[in-house]
Amino acid sequence: MVEFLQFTLSGVVFGMIYAAIALSLVLIWRGTRLLNFAQGGMAMLTTYVAIEVIYKTHSYWAGFVIALVAGLVLGAASELTVVRPTTGKPELNAVIVTIGLLIFFEGLAGILFGGQYRSFPAAFSVTGLRVGGTPLGVSRFDVFTVAAVLFTTLILAVVFRYTTAGLRMRAAAFNATIARLSGIRVARVLTVGWALAGLLGALAGVLVSPATFLYPNSMDAIFVLGFTAAVIGGLDSPAGAVVGGLLLGIALSYVGGYLNSDLTSLVALGILVAVLMIRPNGLFAGARMRRV
Amino acid sequence: MRTFPRRLGVAIIVAAIVAFLSIKLNAFRDFQIAEIAVEVTAVAGLTVLTGLSGQISLGNGAFMAVGAYATALLLLHLSWPFYLVLVIAGAVTAVAGAVVGIAAARLRGPYLAGATLLLGVALPSLALAYPGTFGGDQGLNVVFTTPAFLGVNFPLTRWQAWVSTVVALVVLVLLANLDRSRIGRNWRAVRDDEVAAALDGINVAAARVRAFVVSAACAGLAGALLAIVTGLVAPGAFTITLSIALLTAAVIGGLGSLAGALWGSLVIVLVPTYVTDVSTSHGLSSAVGSNIPIAAYGVVLILVMLVFPHGIQGGLLRLISLFLGPDQKSRTRRDAPTPHVTPSADQAPASTHEKEGTS
Repeated sequence: MVEFLQFTLSGVVFGMIYAAIALSLVLIWRGTRLLNFAQGGMAMLTTYVAIEVIYKTHSYWAGFVIALVAGLVLGAASELTVVRPTTGKPELNAVIVTIGLLIFFEGLAGILFGGQYRSFPAAFSVTGLRVGGTPLGVSRFDVFTVAAVLFTTLILAVVFRYTTAGLRMRAAAFNATIARLSGIRVARVLTVGWALAGLLGALAGVLVSPATFLYPNSMDAIFVLGFTAAVIGGLDSPAGAVVGGLLLGIALSYVGGYLNSDLTSLVALGILVAVLMIRPNGLFAGARMRRV
Repeated sequence: MRTFPRRLGVAIIVAAIVAFLSIKLNAFRDFQIAEIAVEVTAVAGLTVLTGLSGQISLGNGAFMAVGAYATALLLLHLSWPFYLVLVIAGAVTAVAGAVVGIAAARLRGPYLAGATLLLGVALPSLALAYPGTFGGDQGLNVVFTTPAFLGVNFPLTRWQAWVSTVVALVVLVLLANLDRSRIGRNWRAVRDDEVAAALDGINVAAARVRAFVVSAACAGLAGALLAIVTGLVAPGAFTITLSIALLTAAVIGGLGSLAGALWGSLVIVLVPTYVTDVSTSHGLSSAVGSNIPIAAYGVVLILVMLVFPHGIQGGLLRLISLFLGPDQKSRTRRDAPTPHVTPSADQAPASTHEKEGTS
């Protein structure tokens, strides 16, 4: 029973990381109908920025904040330079361009920072918490991870729901042509979407790296699981991304705990295929579809 | 019919040139020839899948793993002759390709790319999960020797280069014929307009699955060759970096073109060694030297897609048409994927696939 609780809690922690990546993919998908394969690479690069700043300034929070800012800049810059020219071309072109971006980021990280595994500091203690002598299997830093992702998600939800800027973004995502006719600068909105996605990726990178080490390919596995989470929830649904991330995190935690940790990516593949076969638009797409 | 003897002739000439080169050059160059042949075999399969049938795969490295492990297991436990092992490895991978293809037939663009990417990540981890069968992280050793009739002094690397080259050329000739057959025409029709293809009586799903089977079989053969060339089959060789390198080669060479597969493979195999040599001789660290080509591939991949979507082969054909007159131009169009613009799908989110769900 204690084991079950531990697996569930650590599943929630990793699930929130997948949720952050999934959410960043959803933000871009809603605006541009494009899956950003460079998302993991962007997260990795900004995490390197964080580690360098932390070594220079000896302040975790300086690194944390600068990584998020770097994520914003990197996301916007990627959209403006290489993604925008693919508009109107076959979707395969955009896919290959973002893959090119991924390889470029990984090569760049190798050139600038070397290929060796680096440990990344955590903001809080990583020793396990206990309740009345029972170990919970999660640490203070894990609690911070969950809180940070939830907080960012809530902020985004509030911005999207209650501000004019958020309304513009939703309008642009809903129907770009009508939004443009209504005077919304759709192109600028898309850039903002990419910037926010970059920020979420940076957050995920900084939060997951204490557990995984940091190296040029370190976010590859996290990215594919984030993608799986996004597909589970439906690439159109931000709430679905978070729930998808949690479901996937918990499921994979059970697989790793009770079966074999080497099987987790295979199980993720099984889940992905099953979801795509049964509900290709994700678990959360139903209601919206009928309204269209 | 005239084209088949011509292609066969070209293949035999290339084989003769490679045989001559491998005798003249040293063992390291032999190894590189084998490497190029392995790469060509896999990239040709991918360029058929992505360039002709319009389906992207970021997981063909996983198919290579299937072929390589099948080869290693068959050689290790049954010690069958290699040509038989090669055929079976190709067949096993073709079956795997059919399974993936059936699952993938309903997926489009980014969804397919993501799913195959996960396949590329997940499948090699099977080797870690069952170390008893697949040797875990250490992998399986493959023993491959030169046949007795060549004598004891015949270098193994040369024999590996010859075997790999012959397999690669056979694959290229077969694919070239497939490309010009009804099957190839159906692929192009499905790629260019699915609805029109279906209205013409083409079974779209079957055509898509067939492309996956062919592509996987090629990757499986490439994996089998890789197993005998490197002598080791381990999960570390089949990361998604490999799958992405295959796609890079196909795109640089020119998607959908078999000659492009050769150019792309040459670039992918030869450029990194060259750049690493140059940069270490200029005093750069090996980490920098080995990563410059990776970063450069990323840039090239983006540039090719944005500025030069027909790759090296498209450029060559354009050059040829400059010298030979305009009638050669049609070849450029036919070999490369024609960019068909569908602005509605990009701009109106509440479009195609959501409507499919309601019906």
